[in-house]
Amino acid sequence: MAILINKDTRMIVQGFTGKIGTFHAQDMMNYGSNVVGGVTPGKGGQTHLDRPVFNTVRESVEQEGAEASIIFVPPAFAADSIMEAAEAGIKYCVSITDGIPTQDMMKVKQFLRKFPKKDRMILTGPNCAGTITPGQAMLGIMPGHIYQSGIVGVVGRSGTLGYEAADQMRELGIGISTSVGIGGDPINGSSHRDIFEKFEEDDETKLILMIGEIGGPQEVEAGVYAAKHMNKPVVAYIAGLTAPKGRRMGHAGAIISSAGESAAEKVEMLQDLGVTIAPTPSAMGETIAKVLAKM
Amino acid sequence: MDIHEYQAKEILEGYGVKIAEGGLAYSPEDAVQRAREIGGSVWAVKAQIHSGARGKAGGVKICFTHEEVEAAAESMLGKRLVTHQTGPEGKICSRLYIEAGTDIEKELYFSFLVDRSEERIVMVGSSQGGMEIEELAENNPDAIKKIYIDPAVGLLDFQAREMAFELGLDATQISHAVKFIRGCYCAMRELDANMLEVNPLVVTKSGELITLDAKMGFDDNALFRRPKVMELRDKTQEHPQEMAAADRGLSYVGLDGDIGCMINGAGLAMATMDMIKLAGGEPANFLDVGGGASAERTEKAFRLVLADKGVKAMLVNIFAGINRCDWIAEGVVHAVKKIDMKIPLIVRLSGTNVEEGRKIIAESGLPIITATTLAEAAEKAVLARNEQVAKEGAA
Repeated sequence: MAILINKDTRMIVQGFTGKIGTFHAQDMMNYGSNVVGGVTPGKGGQTHLDRPVFNTVRESVEQEGAEASIIFVPPAFAADSIMEAAEAGIKYCVSITDGIPTQDMMKVKQFLRKFPKKDRMILTGPNCAGTITPGQAMLGIMPGHIYQSGIVGVVGRSGTLGYEAADQMRELGIGISTSVGIGGDPINGSSHRDIFEKFEEDDETKLILMIGEIGGPQEVEAGVYAAKHMNKPVVAYIAGLTAPKGRRMGHAGAIISSAGESAAEKVEMLQDLGVTIAPTPSAMGETIAKVLAKM
Repeated sequence: MDIHEYQAKEILEGYGVKIAEGGLAYSPEDAVQRAREIGGSVWAVKAQIHSGARGKAGGVKICFTHEEVEAAAESMLGKRLVTHQTGPEGKICSRLYIEAGTDIEKELYFSFLVDRSEERIVMVGSSQGGMEIEELAENNPDAIKKIYIDPAVGLLDFQAREMAFELGLDATQISHAVKFIRGCYCAMRELDANMLEVNPLVVTKSGELITLDAKMGFDDNALFRRPKVMELRDKTQEHPQEMAAADRGLSYVGLDGDIGCMINGAGLAMATMDMIKLAGGEPANFLDVGGGASAERTEKAFRLVLADKGVKAMLVNIFAGINRCDWIAEGVVHAVKKIDMKIPLIVRLSGTNVEEGRKIIAESGLPIITATTLAEAAEKAVLARNEQVAKEGAA
């Protein structure tokens, strides 16, 4: 089962023929992802990496039955590419692009809301490492080999910290159903909570790991949702205990600007909501192992 | 990116917002000259630094004579003003804004902010202006009114009217208030600001609505399409190392500790800093070198970390995804040889091509301390830092 993508998901790459798009499309195919083509406006009709290139996303949906897309388009044009995918009928889209203006993302979110929920494209990112269902498919830029297939659903803002978690889990023989990067931007396609909903519905996922950080309300919102509506246990690590207030820590969204946004406050609120906290980033794997042992 | 009060006021004036008469001064003589030009008998001398809460730090003075204006200007220019927003090092004041005094009847609070939860711009107002919004939120949350703006249709006049009534304005002031609110909203939208705060917005004794203090912050991701906003950048208000980092495409934040860090990925960087703290140390900086860390980029990152002379040990933690550990290792070896490091270096590599990477470090012959896990790396860094401090103390 897993969530969002599996070995059959028909994927396209937006920004296919560029250097970065080419590199990661090849990597995704090597992993086993079912990449059916790509989109680069003006290069329609060509063949790239033995796959067809289309001028528009709509053509790729009509001709190749594309269902999922990954975006490597530069920040100035990325919001437009996301909306093009949504309008063309793509079901799931990952935006890797970092640096999309906040107001563009507001427009994107507004645009997505006009579709009824059952037809609405799911967006994760921007500014993320993508999504992987280990052993089946990768729609992202992560090192696929560190992910072992299993029963833990992972959702996190950071790319490399997600790799760290996957690596610790693999060392302990714990596998992942699907790992989803939601990105480090203040306004993103899906929140931790949105991904929690998907994991709760997925039979294969038995436990959820949330990798959060300072800034914004999303980790606690997800915790509240889990306490009210979920049966599966949640383990969380929140990065940024040492981050000072009001300073942006790399990610556009990683800034403590109001009450409740520091790591310490989030940890306290999540604990009150029944979430098991990994006390340190190097204890993510062992904390999961402990919770699994009790199940 | 932040801008100065006077710049925000110039922008807002361009959008039809009423401000008090004022002018910019770079010297005490300038300041007196501005006061003369403005006329009247009361002036505010305001330090232009990128921070709020300037009043408490001596950065805003009300003057009744030209001599007082001159003295106030002298007391601020060239000084570093420390507020609770600037950090202990403060911010240098090299410009003043001299403004005509205003007869204040009432002080109000007004802002537009990006609400991350609602994913919309929110208009925030309170009839109790003057104090900081955080203070107000804590002491009197009911006095704060929030109205969310639908991104599809933008600000609607009825919303502006609703806010105006909420601010306690009377019927004769409503149309002015709507014009003020619309001006602020257009500035926010058209210039890709992520915050615009007017605090206080004052009602004068004659019933006029005047923007007495204004603050604007802009979305860094949108600066590429706002060249006019980019021109307002004042580099003297930014941390020199952070600026140098930004110019090199690196993300750096200076902190108070003494263990320097170079990490790929913002989340892993924060997590590594947390580990250092838990191991009993204090990080000297946040530094994300990003995905494609070439040898050249690695060297730049090393120089940046080591430019902080207080650094007693340096920790490199790379989890290679797009990157490859062997490339990183070559970059590190190259940088260490070129820079002649005087402090201990701890390197932890993981991910793609990790064995090749570790081999390059081991065979380099350099005194690099290696670690395989995050916890081990942090512990070794703290240990090495303590030894270095002891060594320096003995010498």
